[in-house]
Amino acid sequence: MIEVDGLTKRYGKHVAVNDVSFQIRKGEVVGLLGPNGAGKTTTMKMLTCYISATSGRARINGYDTFDQPLKVREQVGYLPESCPLYQDTDVVGYLRFCADVRGLGARERKAAIDRVLSDCALEDVRYKRIGHLSKGYRQRVGLAQALLHNPPVLILDEPTSGLDPNQIRDILRLITSLGQEHTVIHSTHILSEVEATSDRVLIINRGEIVAQGSPRELIARGSGPLVFITVPGVDQATLLQRLAACPFVVSVEAAFAAGPEAGQVPGAARAAVHGVEGGDVAVELFRFAVHQGWTLSELRTETARLEEIFANLTKPGDRILGASRAQEGDKA
Amino acid sequence: MNVTRVAAIFRKELKSYFASPLGYAFILFYLLVSNGYFFFLHDFFRVGQASMRGYFVMLPWIFLFFVPAVTMRLWAEERKSGTLEVLLTMPLRETEIVLGKFLASLGFLAITLAFTITVPVSIGWLGRPDWGVIVGSYAGALLLGAAYLAIGLWISSLTESQVVAFIASVAMIFLLLVTGVAPHWLGSVGWFATVGAYLSLFTHFQNILRGGLDSRDVVYYVILVWFFLYLNVKNIEARKWR
Repeated sequence: MIEVDGLTKRYGKHVAVNDVSFQIRKGEVVGLLGPNGAGKTTTMKMLTCYISATSGRARINGYDTFDQPLKVREQVGYLPESCPLYQDTDVVGYLRFCADVRGLGARERKAAIDRVLSDCALEDVRYKRIGHLSKGYRQRVGLAQALLHNPPVLILDEPTSGLDPNQIRDILRLITSLGQEHTVIHSTHILSEVEATSDRVLIINRGEIVAQGSPRELIARGSGPLVFITVPGVDQATLLQRLAACPFVVSVEAAFAAGPEAGQVPGAARAAVHGVEGGDVAVELFRFAVHQGWTLSELRTETARLEEIFANLTKPGDRILGASRAQEGDKA
Repeated sequence: MNVTRVAAIFRKELKSYFASPLGYAFILFYLLVSNGYFFFLHDFFRVGQASMRGYFVMLPWIFLFFVPAVTMRLWAEERKSGTLEVLLTMPLRETEIVLGKFLASLGFLAITLAFTITVPVSIGWLGRPDWGVIVGSYAGALLLGAAYLAIGLWISSLTESQVVAFIASVAMIFLLLVTGVAPHWLGSVGWFATVGAYLSLFTHFQNILRGGLDSRDVVYYVILVWFFLYLNVKNIEARKWR
């Protein structure tokens, strides 16, 4: 559906997007994730033929973005960053204009406008001037414009920016439901959004793709499960020594709770245990504790969150997954 | 080129002139200035001739300030508000957008000129004007206006500030007006004055007022319009050059 091969955009000496390649299948919802200025918007602008790539190529539904821009634009619904709209027209007037440009006939046009007004919950404001609408409504008008011609591909640049939590939830729900019929690329720098909506995540940093996979895969590529264990009546050194000897343990460190609210028990030892990937460390730890005759006051698994993986991947001066893992080990 | 898409742009732009009171205020102000000039400053009633010549002679100078105000918004606002990105990612050719915008501004100018119908009607009521000359002069006014519009539209595409677009358009049009007049003011004759006069928006309009529509003057305006619309298209396409 979308094939991107070696896409590069240079502005003078500055490389905004560097040799980016990826493929997106029909019906996938893909989150483009990266800090501000990573190259997400530039990539999207190239996919929508707003600007041309310096080198490399991109195809949408088989149409080349450089050679067949008109064909590509027919396939794509695009919501640019900050959602620009004509202020001096009402919602229906704006959608009519978009429909006319897209070449929809009169009957088709009416049906399409009614459909997007209902999909984006805009019926109440259909005759309101766009300039008078709130940010949330305007964002939905932008989305309605992108959906109007029922395009196979949707490219949404930060569709939730500037919205309140309820509006964000509505938009994300809409994106998820759109994924059933459309191929969606949306960009964001908010991780919970991609976790909630996307089949796949592309993490972009400094114009390069630093990681890609499903949110679950990416989490699994992190540091593996981390389990906190607190054992009363055992001293710290013994606990660490015994745990380190276990086959299912990769590493173990002393973990002192930050304060009384963290459930620190006086006279107890506490450790953070990194288990081997794939194993259920908490279960193994419990069996081991029973075997040792320990009582436990805490046994808690903490899955690495996408936040941490993202932070590691996009840390300045640190691009390689392996390197970031090593650093994480040092940190802990 | 697809006519329905040009028409879509044309309708949207023409509508947006009348979406705010600004469009109406503009027409009103234009009528006050041009009619006020003709009837009072030019002193039509004392001159005592059933002719609109006095009206049209001033037109290049009145248009100088009115037409850039019509075009300044057309690209600059799109650039500033970011809607340019929406427009240019729709299945539209640059030519279609430029043509749609140009025709809309020409339509607005034609509507404005249509409101001046009271002037020839008054004259026809008072005397017996040469209607052929008046119709020819209106056609000339549209051609002159079209040239101004094409220049203003192109300049609007170069900036995101409407104020800059306005001032630069006035300056550019002024330059193209005075090439026909300045050499005479400076006492210059010969090839310099000839070339200046040939290039000038002013002299060709004068020709039309004097002798009716001559194909040479029409061709001049058509070429000028085409040239600046072409520059406009190239400027919008320039974002994609690599």
